[in-house]
Amino acid sequence: MSAQLAQYLLTGLTVGAIYALVALGFAIIYNASHVINFAQGEFVMIGGMATVSLANAGLPLLVAIPVAVLTAAAVGVALAKFAVEPARGASVVTLIIITIGASILLRGLATLVWDKKLHALQPFSGDQPIAIAGATILPQSLWVLGVTLAIVLLLGWFFGRTLTGKAMLATSHNPLAAQLCGVNVRFVLLLSFGLSASLGAIAGILIAPITLTSWDVGVMLGLKGFAAAILGGLGSGTGAVVGGLLLGIAESLGAGYVSSAYKDAIAFVIILAVLFFKPSGLFGKKSAERV
Amino acid sequence: MNWRTPRTGGLALLAAVILLLPLALVNNYWYEVAILIGINAIVCVGLNLLIGYAGQISLGHAGFFGLGAYGSAILSARYGWPPAAALAATTAGVALIALLVGRPILKLKGHYLAMATLGMGIIISIVIVTEDRLTGGPDGMSVPAFTLFGMSLAGERVWYWIIGGTLVGAVWFALNLIESPAGRALRALHGSEVGAQVSGIDATRAKVGVFVISAMFASVAGSMTAHYSGFITPGKVSFFHSIELVTMVVFGGMASTFGAVIGAAALTLLPQLLTVLKEYEMVVFGAVMVSTMIFFPRGLLPSLMLALARKRK
Amino acid sequence: MNRSGFFRFMQRGLGLAAAVALAGAAYAQQEPIRIGAFLSVTGPAAFLGDPEQKTLEMYVEKLNAAGGVLGRKLQLVSYDSAGDAEKARTFAKRLIEQDKVDVIVGGSTTGETMAVVPLVEAAGIPFISLAGALVIIDPVKKWVFKTPHTDRMACERIFLDMRDRKLERIGLISGAGGFDKSMRAECLKVAPTYKVQIIADEAYGAGDTDMTAQLTKIKNTPGVQAVLNAGFGSGPAIVTKNFKQLAMNMPLYQSHGVASKEFIKLAGDAAEGVRLPAAAVLVAEQLPAGDKQKTVSVNYKKDYEARFKQDISTFGGHAHDGLMIAVEAMKRAGTTDKAKVRDAIENTKGFSGTGGVVNMSATDHMGLDLTHFRMLEVKKGNWTLVK
Repeated sequence: MSAQLAQYLLTGLTVGAIYALVALGFAIIYNASHVINFAQGEFVMIGGMATVSLANAGLPLLVAIPVAVLTAAAVGVALAKFAVEPARGASVVTLIIITIGASILLRGLATLVWDKKLHALQPFSGDQPIAIAGATILPQSLWVLGVTLAIVLLLGWFFGRTLTGKAMLATSHNPLAAQLCGVNVRFVLLLSFGLSASLGAIAGILIAPITLTSWDVGVMLGLKGFAAAILGGLGSGTGAVVGGLLLGIAESLGAGYVSSAYKDAIAFVIILAVLFFKPSGLFGKKSAERV
Repeated sequence: MNWRTPRTGGLALLAAVILLLPLALVNNYWYEVAILIGINAIVCVGLNLLIGYAGQISLGHAGFFGLGAYGSAILSARYGWPPAAALAATTAGVALIALLVGRPILKLKGHYLAMATLGMGIIISIVIVTEDRLTGGPDGMSVPAFTLFGMSLAGERVWYWIIGGTLVGAVWFALNLIESPAGRALRALHGSEVGAQVSGIDATRAKVGVFVISAMFASVAGSMTAHYSGFITPGKVSFFHSIELVTMVVFGGMASTFGAVIGAAALTLLPQLLTVLKEYEMVVFGAVMVSTMIFFPRGLLPSLMLALARKRK
Repeated sequence: MNRSGFFRFMQRGLGLAAAVALAGAAYAQQEPIRIGAFLSVTGPAAFLGDPEQKTLEMYVEKLNAAGGVLGRKLQLVSYDSAGDAEKARTFAKRLIEQDKVDVIVGGSTTGETMAVVPLVEAAGIPFISLAGALVIIDPVKKWVFKTPHTDRMACERIFLDMRDRKLERIGLISGAGGFDKSMRAECLKVAPTYKVQIIADEAYGAGDTDMTAQLTKIKNTPGVQAVLNAGFGSGPAIVTKNFKQLAMNMPLYQSHGVASKEFIKLAGDAAEGVRLPAAAVLVAEQLPAGDKQKTVSVNYKKDYEARFKQDISTFGGHAHDGLMIAVEAMKRAGTTDKAKVRDAIENTKGFSGTGGVVNMSATDHMGLDLTHFRMLEVKKGNWTLVK
């Protein structure tokens, strides 16, 4: 029985870690620009698909992965420069529609550059299952968990200790004040898109060996990532990570103990319930409206 | 009567377009496209009241559309209700659901509200897909034709006039609501919620009210779609459809009832015109969306009006 | 004599040339036969629509290169319905009303097909569907036919094999798509007939990335002897991988929804030993020489792989069969008159397609039986016929 529970928890953590990475991407862009980037899932897709196609072309993973992440980052910066920046000053909803349009555009490009088929990526270190507390886990899951942990620590250091990171934080609190203090707000916007695109791409690469990848894999992952970011509280890094892990575990336990057909519905009911009691998510700042 | 105001002039223009359009509709396929535009426009006019005027986003209106469609379908197909009664009961039921859900949900703000409505829509969609004994599951279900006073309403040419008439009615209702005291209260809300409250407006009540109205618009459009097409699948309940609806509203122009109609027309027509592009269709569609929103951030109609007004000066 | 001979020669020559020119002009001017199609070329069922679209394009080209049908060229008019039933309906209306097609071959999924059925019935136009579910042809609809095996037949074929292997108590896991849910319902219905007990019944959602929770539940259900997965797309590949990860030592059955080499590539080693019912085209070369489907299957495989440089699937095969059944019917009817073509399609007898030998009748608008539904097993990364 406890072996069953252990299996559900391990599964939930692995999936949740991916949601967390996507949610972090949402949070970073939101902080820099107050934009909810609905194309976030497409970075996950670009990461996975680019790695697969480069690996199929004969490049070793150690080369393919950085190239794929850089590709996604470049697309992210381009998105900020050519779609978000020109629309500065537009309403929040308009910006959302722009990112939705961009996500359709990117998916369309993916079917042209690559194809409409599913693809598998070789696991980084074999696929011999490892037994933990009666449950089994794939080595790739350890990669997912390990890399996610490393990224979270790295981001903590970046935002807490480096000048650039602090500048980004300052911009999120008050763009005008940050600009007056000499922060290049434009650069912060581009950097935030590049950074969160890289995070999405890394998530896409990590998960591809477990779950396959395809041109439309980003839709669901983007949606779940958004849900996780909201659950944790928009703009909060801790919130994004906790939200992602909670969402993953809720889905897995819901499927195991309640109903697998309704597991997504269960997850959304939980999110709604949390929002009713904490309208700004678990770790979100209480917003004070200026009158 | 002042024909220059949107309430009369715009409405007359819309009615004229609907009356004259059949001259250009060479076959039933074009009637079908016109009907689809009409259905989407009805939903968008309602949704625009919520998004454009009250300033509250909803990413779950396909859920209400689906409840309307499936409510009518199930009551008339599985329980043998007369379609007119099914439509009325379903609309009332959806209004009640919107009222119950609306109170807690509309306390949320901005992106949290977006998430909550999105979640609500997805839950509705999952229930419809999963309860296949009642709904036919992902493959959908057949719906009997609409009958009124023993007459069966079928065919594109009949439904064109039904949908066209409903659209004019919906626009008329929306225009009146906006000009009414309740409508002014809503716009005050959009400007500043606290400010509105200070001036004695019950913000929650006003928001829930318009939420319920927009849900009923979607529900009626859903019921009509089900009876018109004779077959309904969960595709129209998915969150993609919710996003499509919001896109239409923003594309045409927020806070502009006729903008919502134009947005619905543009985004329904565009995929039909883009079929010649085959595999490039998605790329071009995405590019059109992005560039339109960049160059016309207020939406097609308001940007156009602004340009016209500037020219006149 | 000489002159008149010369003139006569000239006259004849000119006459012949004129006749040829006229015939050529007539051939060129004659309205082409329009084949309409609406397919899920994008969207979640793109892996069905994509090979179907490619197959139709290729064979329309081939038929035209061989002189067309009834002395007329074929013209393919196809739209991408993206798995959306409403889009399918609108495009079907466009095919019927605007493009005035002579026959429709398409409908990658059951939802899209069923949404179009009322239209083709009202318009009176022959429609050959490429989707799976039984409801498409049961009850029989005058103008609607289909080429793939039904989901009920898939269940029956699998249960037959289970009976041979003495597997009586099984777990079922299915996706949330139309194909998955319809097959699940059919399997639950026919299981008692084959003395198979379904003692666990789990589901997963569209776009789910991990099914270990559901499989763990099945694994912990006492007495489970085998698992059956009804689904297509990424789901079954992930189920197969998770199945191996959880070291579930029992047979795993998949449906004909994953009948392409892709599945083996995606699931990798985990696919070893997986069984599924599928059309013969997947094992074209392994068919015995006398098999009626051998020639058509080997040819289709060769044509498709040479042209598109990708592995064949049975889905493209269904499109091939649908187009050929329509074309054969037109040839037999000697016309493209819709009512006559419909009658000719209904009278299709002994047609060897990639899916099986088709014998249609007024009561059977598919014309396939279990004998041509092969049970395959994955061995050393390849499909093999279970003897």
